[in-house]
Parts: sequence; structure tokens; C-alpha cells
Amino acid sequence: MSNSEIIVVKDLVKHYKEIQAVNGISFSVYEGEIFGLLGPNGAGKTTTLEIIETLREKTSGTVMVDGISLDHNPNAIKQIIGVQLQAANYYPNLMLNELLDLFAGLYNASIDNAEMLALVGLETRGKSKYKELSGGQKQRFSIATTLINKPKIVFLDEPTTGLDPQARRNLWDLIKEIRSKGTTVVITTHYMDEAQILCDRVAIIEKGKIISLNSPEKLIDNLIASGFERKKEVKSANLEDVFLSLTGYEWRDE
Amino acid sequence: MNGGMNKMQEKKNYSQLRAMKAIAIASFRSIIRNPSAVVFSIAFPLVFIVAFGFINGNSIKMEVGIDPQSDTTGTIYHSFINSPNVELKKQFTAAELNERLNRGRIDAVLKFDKASSTNTEVVEIITSQASREKGMFVRSLVTNLIDKQNIEYYKNVSLHVDSSIIERARETTKPTELRETKISGREYKMIDFILPGQLGFSILSAAVFGTAFVFFSLRQTMVLKRFFATPIRRPYIILGEALSRLIFQLLGSSVIIVIGHFVFGFTLINGIWTALEMLLLSALGLIVFMGFGFVVSGIAKSENVIPPIANIITLPQFLLCGTFFPIDAFPKWLQIISKALPLTYLNDALRMIAFEGAGLMDISSQLLVLVLWGIVVYAAAVRFFRWE
Repeated sequence: MSNSEIIVVKDLVKHYKEIQAVNGISFSVYEGEIFGLLGPNGAGKTTTLEIIETLREKTSGTVMVDGISLDHNPNAIKQIIGVQLQAANYYPNLMLNELLDLFAGLYNASIDNAEMLALVGLETRGKSKYKELSGGQKQRFSIATTLINKPKIVFLDEPTTGLDPQARRNLWDLIKEIRSKGTTVVITTHYMDEAQILCDRVAIIEKGKIISLNSPEKLIDNLIASGFERKKEVKSANLEDVFLSLTGYEWRDE
Repeated sequence: MNGGMNKMQEKKNYSQLRAMKAIAIASFRSIIRNPSAVVFSIAFPLVFIVAFGFINGNSIKMEVGIDPQSDTTGTIYHSFINSPNVELKKQFTAAELNERLNRGRIDAVLKFDKASSTNTEVVEIITSQASREKGMFVRSLVTNLIDKQNIEYYKNVSLHVDSSIIERARETTKPTELRETKISGREYKMIDFILPGQLGFSILSAAVFGTAFVFFSLRQTMVLKRFFATPIRRPYIILGEALSRLIFQLLGSSVIIVIGHFVFGFTLINGIWTALEMLLLSALGLIVFMGFGFVVSGIAKSENVIPPIANIITLPQFLLCGTFFPIDAFPKWLQIISKALPLTYLNDALRMIAFEGAGLMDISSQLLVLVLWGIVVYAAAVRFFRWE
């Protein structure tokens, strides 16, 4: 991870008619890190993300992505980012190979479909229709489409919501693998275990404002330093560990 | 700053057309795997064409009962049974014939006879309110035959009588002869009427239903939003989708025209050129009608309300725009409505091209109305269409 800033957000504000969804947010994302936006539902995570992704107009503030101003050249930004949307879908009747062809065209990229599918563990499903995939497979495919243009930054909006523990863990591995190739990852989640395992730094958003921004370790240390103690004694395993040891860790072809 | 310049470079190399082509291909694959698209665009119209294709040509068949007591040796009888469009029913008794006539199952009953006193041939005709029009046809057919025979008779008689008697007779009445010329015009078959109507309706329903459903569901399932995250510009998304619909529909229209022509003898006056002109016109119609689809996709609050709204647009045109019945058959006030609707003009223009070999100039007024409708509909589409 270098220290050069690949995303710089300053004083970002987004008003809908009556709601202030984003209320003066500033943060930077460093090249090559996994950056987490955490917060409860409705805190403004997705809005912030979609503004950076060029999908939503902002009310005010500035956003720079890899030196490109969002105001001046949003289309150039689209070319260097990969976007996975919450609950986005694809033509249900198309096979994965055909959908990859589609996105290769949309990004003007040349790709090897088989290689792309292998990257997300779907190498045997090239001829399956999108609608035939399980929830976890759909998420993995969705991530595959974000990698087609060899993006510098990948945005993942709650990628593990609704997945079973095995699928979640395997998605974490996939995300780490993407980062290991030098791609910056910006992720939203409301699973704190996920953020703790994946993210180099997290911003915690509440009511449209960043209330804390640091590495998970640092945030935890700070809390402990303030005198916080967990009420219950922590056992060295939890229920999820039990579940996984009983059902196995491997990827299910649901 | 250098990085920024590189980005500008990349942007210039990006081909919107390549992206549009990718959408067109994906969308086309999606359409052909959607059974309802195939049914609406091709199977439906073909069923109608097949059904109407078997209805025979331009002829009106008259079913005429012959009274069993008839004398079948007379010359009138002989000429009558050789008339075209007459189907004789000879197997029934007089009472049965009467019964059938009453119910409109046959159009007239004829009894051929000879009046022994004057040695004249007599034809008795019974017609019924149950089949008034065809009854009148039978009657006029019979009177024509009788007139012809009578004129022949009097010409013959005049050869054998004193000319002064004839002169005297002509002072009061003169015989009149009808001289009839039939030009051998092109035969206008039922299929020549029904096929363009079906083609027009297939284009209308595919354009309205197809476009409305596709854009509604692409928006609802956020496929469009995912597209927005790629560098393609929005108009190219619409163009790509429209292009695939256009190609699919033109293939469908070609199938309909080819089957209509080779199986049911649909008239293509200038052969392949006529077919190509029809396809060109189909394309214009489709583009205009897709505007309705954009409007519907925008105003529909849920998928369930798309069919009713789309039906409000398509059904009246289905019934009133000369798809099945010529609009001349409607009362005047209804014709005013018919003549306000765009499908009327597409159907009209298609028929003129196919049967009359009309050129673009000849259908310019139809084209003008279609284009005007296009402007109105797309103005509404711009107002109502929603991306998100």
C-alpha cells in the first residue's frame, strides 16, 4: 500500500428534497488499500459511493478520482473504475459468457471469458444463464463484471449481504486477491467482522457524517483505551465457528 | 496532471458504437429467448393470416336450393348452374329447403318450370330476410340470365315477322340491351387485405409491449444503472435496445411476408422491391410506435399495470385501424376516430405499396401523418420516460 491518494472527497453534500443524505463528508482513499464505509442502513454509505461512481449528482463538494475531477470528466472516471451495485441484475436469459461479451463491449475491452470466470470460481458456469445462478454465484459474477476493464479501483456495495457463511468467506478471499494485484477496493458493509478482517481503514458514517476514520485495529485500541470492556467474557470460538466446523469451509455450488 | 491527460486520451479512443453494438447483441439474444416476443411478433399474426388465408378470394359464395320438382332441361337452368359463385343444393325436399332458407343456411330457393300453355320457361325464386343480401344477388343473377335469354328470343322472333309490325311496336317500347365489359383487373384477394393489417398490428404490439416491458424491467432490476457505471452514453443504450428490437421485428415481418406470398399468394406487385419497401415502412412504423412503449414504461408504477395501459393503446387501433375490417365499413363518426389513429396510416401505406405498387410519393400523406404522430409521441416520451 502506497500513501498516494487515489480518491479525494472534500465537503461532499447530497440533499434530497427533504433529507440530507450526505452532510459534508471528507476523506481520502489510498492507492492499493481496502477502504471500508461502515454504518447503519440509511447512514449515507451508498449515496456517497454512488456519487463517486458517477451514478448520482452531488449537491456540492469536490471529488477527485485518480487525478480526474468528477465535475469535469465523469466518463474518464467510469473507464478506470469497476462498480458492483447493491441488487443490480443482468439480462436473466443470457449466459454468463454472453454477459461478459456485453460488458467487454461496454468497456471496449478484450477479455478471455474463461479466465474471467475462473477468477471468481465460475469456470464451469459459462453456459449457464444468469437466472440459474445461486445468490452467491450472482455476487461473484457481479464482481467479475467489475474487473473487465482492469480497473484501478473497485467499488463493492454490500457484496456479502444475504450470503451464507461459506460464500461470505470465499468472497473475502476473492476481494483480498483483487487487492493483492494492486487494485484499490472500496467496500460498504454493515458486518463488522467483515470490515475487521478485510479493511485496512474504515470510515464510520452516521447521519451523513463521518464520525470516525482509522484502521480497525486503531479504532478498537482507542475504544479499549477509553476504558471500554465487553460485558461477557469472550470464548475463543463463536457460533459461526461451530457452524463452519460442522458444515465445512468450502465453497458451495448452492 | 499527466495522468489526467492520459485519461483524456483514453476517452477519445472509447467507441460508443462498439458499446452500442454489444447492447444490441445482448438485447437481441434476450428477445429471441423470450417466448412472448416470438409469439406476439410472428406466431400471432401468422395464425390470423392462416385463418383468413383459407377464406376464399374475392368471391361471394351463394348457396341456392333447387326445388326437387324442377324441370332441369330448360336453357335458363343450364346457364344458371354454370354461373360462378353458385353452390347448388339439390338433395333436399321442398320443406327442408324452406326450413333452411328460413334460418339463412341457404340464400335462395329456385324452382325451374315450364308453363305448358305458352311454352314459356318459368323461374320461381324464394328469398328470405335471413339472408337478404345474398338473396338479392341470386335474384339479380337470375334476372340477368332471363333478360339475356329474352333479348335473344326477340331478336330471333324479329327475323321471322313482318318488319312493319316491329316498327309499330318500337313506337311504344324499344328493347334495351346491356353491353357489359369486364376489365381483367388484378385480383384483390383476402390475403392482400389481411396481411398488411396483421403486419401493422404485429409492429404496433411488439413496439408498445416489447419496449414498455424491456425498459421497465431493465430499470427495475437496475440493469440500466449498471450500464450507467460503464462509459456508454445514455442515448446509445436506447439506440442499442431499439436496434435489436428493429432487427428482430424486421426478421419477423420478413417471415410473415414470405409465408404470405409463397403459401397464400399475397400480392407483391414489384416482387422483392415491394417486400423491401414494406420492410422499410415497417421500420418507420416500429420507430414511431416504440415511442408509445417508452411512455408506458415511464408511467407504469408496476409491471402489472403495463398490459392494461399498453392494451389501451393497441386494442382500439387493432379494431379501428383497418386491421381486420376496412374502415369504410364503419359509420362516419367512427371513421373520424379511425382516421385519427396512426396504425390506420401504416396499414394503408402497406396495402398501397404491396397491392398498387405505390411509390414513396404516393404514400407521402400517410408518411406525414406517421411522422407527425412520431413527433407527438416522442415529445410525450421525453416528458414521461424515466431512467431510474
